[in-house]
Amino acid sequence: MSQKTAQKKAVARKDMSKLQWTWKEMKRNWVAYAMVAPFMILFTVFTVLPVLLSIVISFTDFNLLEMPNFIFMQNYITLFFDDDIFLLAAQNTFVFAVIVGPASYLMSLLVAWFINELGPRIRAIVTLVFYAPSISGQVYLIWGTLFSGDAYGWVNGTLLNLGLISEEIQFFQNAEYVMPLCIVVSLWTSLGTSFLSFIAGLQGIDRSLYEAAAVDGIRNRWQELWYVTLPTMKPQLMFGAIMSITASFGFGGVVTALCGFPSVDYAAHTIMHHLEDYGGQRFETGYASAIAVVLFAVMIGANTLVKNIISKVGQ
Amino acid sequence: MAKKLRTRKHKVVLNRSAGGDLGITVMLGLLGVFMFLPMVYVVMQSLKPLDELFMFPPRFYVVNPTFNNFKDLFSLMNTSMVPFSRYIFNTVFTSVTGTTGNLFFSSLAAYALAKIKFPGGKMMFTTVRTSLMFHSTVTTITSFIIMSTLKMVDTYFAIIVPAFCTSLGLYLMKQFMETNVSDAVLESARLDGASEMKTFWVIAMPMVKPAWLTLIIYSFQGLWNAGASIYIHSEQLKSFNYAINQIVAGGIRRSGASAASTVIMMMVPILVFVITQSNIIETMGSSGMKD
Repeated sequence: MSQKTAQKKAVARKDMSKLQWTWKEMKRNWVAYAMVAPFMILFTVFTVLPVLLSIVISFTDFNLLEMPNFIFMQNYITLFFDDDIFLLAAQNTFVFAVIVGPASYLMSLLVAWFINELGPRIRAIVTLVFYAPSISGQVYLIWGTLFSGDAYGWVNGTLLNLGLISEEIQFFQNAEYVMPLCIVVSLWTSLGTSFLSFIAGLQGIDRSLYEAAAVDGIRNRWQELWYVTLPTMKPQLMFGAIMSITASFGFGGVVTALCGFPSVDYAAHTIMHHLEDYGGQRFETGYASAIAVVLFAVMIGANTLVKNIISKVGQ
Repeated sequence: MAKKLRTRKHKVVLNRSAGGDLGITVMLGLLGVFMFLPMVYVVMQSLKPLDELFMFPPRFYVVNPTFNNFKDLFSLMNTSMVPFSRYIFNTVFTSVTGTTGNLFFSSLAAYALAKIKFPGGKMMFTTVRTSLMFHSTVTTITSFIIMSTLKMVDTYFAIIVPAFCTSLGLYLMKQFMETNVSDAVLESARLDGASEMKTFWVIAMPMVKPAWLTLIIYSFQGLWNAGASIYIHSEQLKSFNYAINQIVAGGIRRSGASAASTVIMMMVPILVFVITQSNIIETMGSSGMKD
């Protein structure tokens, strides 16, 4: 087959093989290579290479001190069959991603849609209100104050005062509350890049599409959303989905900051924490790399799956 | 024709039912309260005098606002081992150099990928786009190995150099150039004999101002909010955010100062966003993925 295409191109490019043609094109565009070189070299060193290196190291027992031995699948076998905490972490990560990913995505989309018809000035203010928590660094620590385990915490104090509870609830030390609280706090910080992308996507939709739809018998705003708005802004929906999914798998900082590390009974222990534990504290680099590779595969898999689903919307 | 258009517009207005309006307003209001109240509470906490911080039952709002918490914070800063100005310098220095480099390298590469057809270009962009699909934490451990091989651990380079090549920055810049820089204008500049570098700098860059403002904001926010890094051990090289966290980690007695520090840290990104909001939204207009 390749010979056939090569032949075809050779004709089109006046008696030149594909290789020769490519080489000529490359020489002609040397400036383009010079322009992408600084970025691509750094990107390769700090993003591509670490991923590849993780995969290689995950097959060894490397610990930063001794020469690594090749141990084939042993790390993965231990991970899936002998590490109960990893299974717990995987379960937590899954629950978290399945709740926070779609919820934050829908919240971003709905809020963007709600505010789309407001006047520009009000819209700017509302955008700021919803976007601010995600850019304000560690402002989520305020949830620690609100739900603090003593009577000065606003939630505990108010509940005590109303006589609804007789002693303070240790919200962040109680396995029952840890996960729901972390989910709420993560949702609170999750209206980020995808939210802005949706706002822009909605504003970019041509008004005449709605007018045409109204003539075609679209009756209310829900039909309009489903039949006109969402199909039109599909590229933004795709970009937003990737941003939301990646963020929902990457949570972990919120838990560590609010509940400590490790969290009580590993109630909110995620794959991210497991990775940090083995990579950053126990220096079992080989094992940690296996965890990283699993997490990497899960993220890419989830994103690809959702991308495929979205690309089918409205087809 | 004009008359016809008007009646159509009228129909669009009819699509909005009063019930729907009410429902949406209520939903938006509730979500707004959920988003906004914790932010207000941070500001309230930072302004509360000690007796209001520790009162029972706790009160949401402040009655006698005071700046004592901020004063406390500044006096606590003077007790740190390394002069506090050094932490501030570290954060400002890494934020500024990292952002400048990112802007330069990303827009240069984005221009070539968006506006010049060359073998391999598409593949490079696909690789960068794919990397949006995983979180950078995945690569922390092996990045550490690479950085220690390059002797970058515990230097400013460990923070600055990786900040030069953020995939989101390149992605947004490339998408924006593709839709907003017209090929015809570039072609006529090339015909006039302008070099590719000159076309990029003189023609393309001024046309994508919203995109580079967005890139600046994203890069700056990331670097400004950076706390402790596993690549930095020396106290003299640590960030402002890290230092402030150390101060306020001193237990419940410092909860006033802690709120004050949160307010200071969040002011900068919020102000920057307020100023540049319309540019960011404009950039996001071309953020979509087509396949």
